[in-house]
Amino acid sequence: MDPKRYQQLVKERLPKPNGVQGVTRAFLVGGAIALLGQIIYDFYRVIEPTQGEAVATTLATLILIGGILTALGVYDDLAEWAGAGASVPITGFANTIVASAMEFRREGFILGLGSKMFSVAGPVIVFATVVGFIVGLIKSAVLGLFS
Amino acid sequence: MTTQTPTMTASKRIGEHTVQFQHVFLAGRGTAVGPREGAGPLGDYFDHVEDETLAGEQTPEKAERQYLQTAARIAMEQANARSDDIQYFLSGDLLNQIITSNFVAHKLDIPFFGLFSACATFAQGLGLGSMLLEGDFANYVLVACSSHYQSVERQYRYPIELNVQRKATNQSTTTGAGAVVLQRDGTGPRITLHTTGRVVDYGLQDVNDMGSAMAPAAADTLLRHLRDTNQTVGDYDLILTGDLGSFGSHMFRVLMKDAGITLGNKHNDCGVLLYSPMQQPGAGASGAACAPVVILGYALKEMENSRYNRILCLPTGSLHSPLSYQQGENIPTISHAIAIEW
Repeated sequence: MDPKRYQQLVKERLPKPNGVQGVTRAFLVGGAIALLGQIIYDFYRVIEPTQGEAVATTLATLILIGGILTALGVYDDLAEWAGAGASVPITGFANTIVASAMEFRREGFILGLGSKMFSVAGPVIVFATVVGFIVGLIKSAVLGLFS
Repeated sequence: MTTQTPTMTASKRIGEHTVQFQHVFLAGRGTAVGPREGAGPLGDYFDHVEDETLAGEQTPEKAERQYLQTAARIAMEQANARSDDIQYFLSGDLLNQIITSNFVAHKLDIPFFGLFSACATFAQGLGLGSMLLEGDFANYVLVACSSHYQSVERQYRYPIELNVQRKATNQSTTTGAGAVVLQRDGTGPRITLHTTGRVVDYGLQDVNDMGSAMAPAAADTLLRHLRDTNQTVGDYDLILTGDLGSFGSHMFRVLMKDAGITLGNKHNDCGVLLYSPMQQPGAGASGAACAPVVILGYALKEMENSRYNRILCLPTGSLHSPLSYQQGENIPTISHAIAIEW
């Protein structure tokens, strides 16, 4: 068979992901994590002096929870079930760092854990910074025009 | 100056790419697998099932060596052969520099050829080992192959605990090892034919769908094998591909049908057989240990039970590296055919 035709056949016959199921699961788990964040935030809002500090401690708590669930070997199963619902929230970001740290710990603290801990999270940080910079530029340009 | 046409004297060759053997017997077989493989539908066929994936070791790399050593020990015991009796050890795995095989070869202290054909390595070993025996260069050859889910995952994909969702075409690496002692002359099952694979590239690039990438290699080797030996699919009781998985198997049958050959219920795939659908989301098992444990564990035991008399094994391998695919290259693939008769 001609390779081009084969590639076409593979594309046509590739099993399609179940969209409705995927979206529903992502909504349930992503929504549950967001709800948990809101509850934690409401709690911190009572004990923290400012809103900014309440946000910071909320994020730190969610990161801690994501890290612990990763260490217990639960988070990857959650993501297997929920997809983006588990990988997009900040708990998922914590998971990328903790999972890498656990994985490469065996190659030592410096060349393993230290250098490879951000191997998955690294691009997220880099491009979040780049996009943040660009959005910042646009914002100042737009605000500059109208002020 | 005149060039002389070389005289063709290779009498053991038939057709273009196939060789035949008279003297190669499978004298001892050993399979060692992880708990997940042991809990699967083929669990009872394996010689040794570990209780724990890491087999009591600190790292998956060390654990993989344990599996390989265990399989080799069982095969040698069954063949009644000690390290001193075996002239060559042929082995390979999926880790960089085939490190599992290197370490185990040191432990076994048998002269060693390290092999790599990715998940088709076992068939490469059987082919070369058979040639060593048939060529009268050895009385005993030990052929083995291993893989470990965790060690392979970290090398080719992501950390184990990372939040990735599998696609329907993703396969899961087999934890385990298979080993066989090939003996010159003897009784029982024997290897009769071997067709060496060519590297096939149909332009596929998706590492989440290696079954589709490897299916053309399996089809290429099977078609050449049948043509060389002047046989049909009907001459075999079972055609067992290595780790095409469910979707790759489907594409393999599409390719064969396009070439005018209907496989019907003759075809099965080691990757499809190893896990139950409930055990594993995705398309089934893969890995260098997948074909050897299913061939040695399941297929040969079913041959022993007289369910099959003549089988053709077609382990398949994706020969890409993490580097080559990150640089946007296609997945080169290979499949070697081994015919076993009892």
